[in-house]
Amino acid sequence: MPTLDQVPIGCKGIISSIRGEDATVQRLMEMGIIEGEPFELVASAPMGDPLEIKVQGYRLSIRKSEAARVFVQVS
Amino acid sequence: MNEITAPLKSFRIALLGNPNTGKTTLFNVLTGLNHRVGNYPGVTVEIKKGRFVHQSNAIEILDIPGTYSLAPRSPDELLSVELVLGLNPLEKVPDALLVIADASNLERNLYLATQAFETGLPVILALSMVDLANASGVKIDFKALSEKLGIPVIAIHASKRKGLDELKNAIVLLQTEKRMPPVPVFSQDVISNRAKILGLLGDKGSLFLAGRLLFETDGFLAQQLEQKLSLSLTPAILESREALKSLGINLVSIEAKSRYAWIREMVQPCISKPEGRVTGFTDRVDRILTHKVFGMFFFFLIMFSMFTALFVLAQPLMEWIGEGKSLVGQGLESILPDGMLRSLLVDGLLEGVGGVVVFLPQIVILFGFLSVLEDCGYMARAAFLMDRVMAKCGLSGKSFIPLLSSVACAVPGVLATRVIEDKRDRLATILVAPLMSCSARLPVYVLFIGAFLTEGYGWWFPGLVLFLMYGIGFVTAPLAAMLFKSTILKGKGAPFLMELPVYKTPSFSVVFARIYEASLSFLKRAGTLIAATMVLIWAVLYFPYISSTGENYPERIAATENKAEQDALLLEWKKNSYLGRTGRLIEPVVKPLGWDWRIGVATLASFPAREVVVGTLSIVFGLGKDAEDEQQLLEILQKARWNDDPDQPLLFNVPSALSLMVFFALCCQCGSTLMVIRQETGTWFWPAFTFIYMTGLAYIAALLTFQVGLLFL
Ligand SMILES: Nc1nc2c(ncn2[C@@H]2O[C@H](COP(=O)(O)OP(=O)(O)O)[C@@H](O)[C@H]2O)c(=O)[nH]1
Ligand SMILES: [Mg+2]
Repeated sequence: MPTLDQVPIGCKGIISSIRGEDATVQRLMEMGIIEGEPFELVASAPMGDPLEIKVQGYRLSIRKSEAARVFVQVS
Repeated sequence: MNEITAPLKSFRIALLGNPNTGKTTLFNVLTGLNHRVGNYPGVTVEIKKGRFVHQSNAIEILDIPGTYSLAPRSPDELLSVELVLGLNPLEKVPDALLVIADASNLERNLYLATQAFETGLPVILALSMVDLANASGVKIDFKALSEKLGIPVIAIHASKRKGLDELKNAIVLLQTEKRMPPVPVFSQDVISNRAKILGLLGDKGSLFLAGRLLFETDGFLAQQLEQKLSLSLTPAILESREALKSLGINLVSIEAKSRYAWIREMVQPCISKPEGRVTGFTDRVDRILTHKVFGMFFFFLIMFSMFTALFVLAQPLMEWIGEGKSLVGQGLESILPDGMLRSLLVDGLLEGVGGVVVFLPQIVILFGFLSVLEDCGYMARAAFLMDRVMAKCGLSGKSFIPLLSSVACAVPGVLATRVIEDKRDRLATILVAPLMSCSARLPVYVLFIGAFLTEGYGWWFPGLVLFLMYGIGFVTAPLAAMLFKSTILKGKGAPFLMELPVYKTPSFSVVFARIYEASLSFLKRAGTLIAATMVLIWAVLYFPYISSTGENYPERIAATENKAEQDALLLEWKKNSYLGRTGRLIEPVVKPLGWDWRIGVATLASFPAREVVVGTLSIVFGLGKDAEDEQQLLEILQKARWNDDPDQPLLFNVPSALSLMVFFALCCQCGSTLMVIRQETGTWFWPAFTFIYMTGLAYIAALLTFQVGLLFL
């Protein structure tokens, strides 16, 4: 299964799981990155990092290092 | 001021909300200017307290910093939780919570509300940005939502003063009719284990706190609470966590999952969203502003305009302030008799106050720009674009603009770090911001490059040296940040997650309020201390004014009309002053840098404000305070010899000129910056640290420059 940093720009899909059990995961989830939520990868910054995604109807900037922990299902 | 200090019977509410939901706007509209900033030891966040009266009920509001969640990860965030729960010894527990949520992004905004629901306090939900939600096709049935949640839900548009009366009525009504919020649903096992912990917490406990102790696996909160409440909770908490784990419950994800599921259940029947994907205004603008090529183009265009404004617009204003200062000085000199009082007022106090006020144009212009950029939503995009570069030195994109602003002046630069949420990132940015070459260093560079690195070199050479001088800051600041972030400020920070808000027209009142606040807090807190420091420097340059042979310098200067004689006397006086003596005392320290005592004194005297160095050099090189033109000083410096002895070698050569410039590039010679660091960090430790590390760095770098330079002579 691909992670959020591996899918192409413009890609839409569903978040399937998040790896890890630390405070970072907790914060990601507080911000709405949760299993079963739809997402869209909107853009990436000029040097490829960070990424801009849409979840829960808003835009969020997330670094690739954190995105690499988010497994997604591409629709 | 006094009417703000709480009378006994006011109703206290705490205002909670995600960042950018219109919290500040609501607070300001409700309280007017009737508020003050609370002071809590050990934290850097500003917590405002305000008051208003509605239908002869006094309501007191506590403004909690914007946050996405009440799960504390740092002392600053902990303070918010403590204030909400009434655990802070300095504040009573609030009577109710007012949660403000952005209607255009309701689900995520309600996450914080679900936490507020568990505090055991009545909650009122205010929905802002309803206009934006409607514009994007989202319709919310407030009445249905209010019934579903069982609490007042009120649509507001604070800047248009819509919904305010309804909101105030609801607050007043709460005093007599307590409607408790619903409790978000968790699975039965979570509920029972949470109840166990709640049982141990005693009268300060709440469902929310018990839940936090259960879910907060990194232990920060538990540790803090055990100290604060002097309870030993750890075994019970660990036991509950183990019990849940053995049931296959993931403690890290259960909270967010349950809350969002519950929110959906509550909200879905009350909201209608447009079918399919709509391409909104923000999508279209972002396609350009975060574009790899155009996005960077616009970014640099905006930065360039900001800079030009900072230098070009501020320059005449600063000159006016300078002229105003001289006028007042002349006025004072004409009405006051010659003597110590006049000197104290004119050379000490007026210089000090003028030296503070002169920063105002830059603060106003920078904050004008920054708050417009922030309020229209662009600031987050700028941080998005620059994040990669800044991540290389351990910071985030949010540090870029404060650092860049410091090229104009570190004072507004340090103030601009307020946008950085991560405490360590913010501190690292504050500590390195003064390394950026600010505009006050420019006169030193220009003078010494003009005197020693222009004649006999190609036309391009002076420009190159100037560029290299600025380059010192651009290279050292990120390196220092990297060093701090991997040593004293080490630690895993929060992940860099940043909301990219929708674009909107900046509001004039928000922009104005921010400029006003930044200027006022600078003038009030930094101003008094800077002025005091300037007076101190004046004193050590003034005393003793009678030489060991009994000559009274001020009297003798006043007695003679001969300008050359006056200058010679002034030089002798300054040489004999405490500062002058210190300068001569420290000559062995500055000699390895290629400097004599005169340069030492000029450098010492410019510690409160580096821009005074040119003036002090004029004094110690015998030109009097107001050298007619810099050309004269430049020639004197070129011809100066060690100990003023014609047989000695020239005082300055290329290595010693460079060593002086390098010293000024790296040294923290700015009392205003140190005071602002003190103001923003809340302790004397960090300004002291900044001063010591920068001065040490400057000394070593200047030493190396001179000694290595000598090898090439
Ligand atoms: N369109 C719209 N803008 C609002 C509303 N409430 C606040 N704003 C604007 O949102 C921006 C952010 O407001 P601010 O009070 O600084 O938000 P805070 O970060 O929560 O303190 C400002 O430009 C406000 O004028 C609202 O109901 N509708
Ligand atoms: Mg605000």
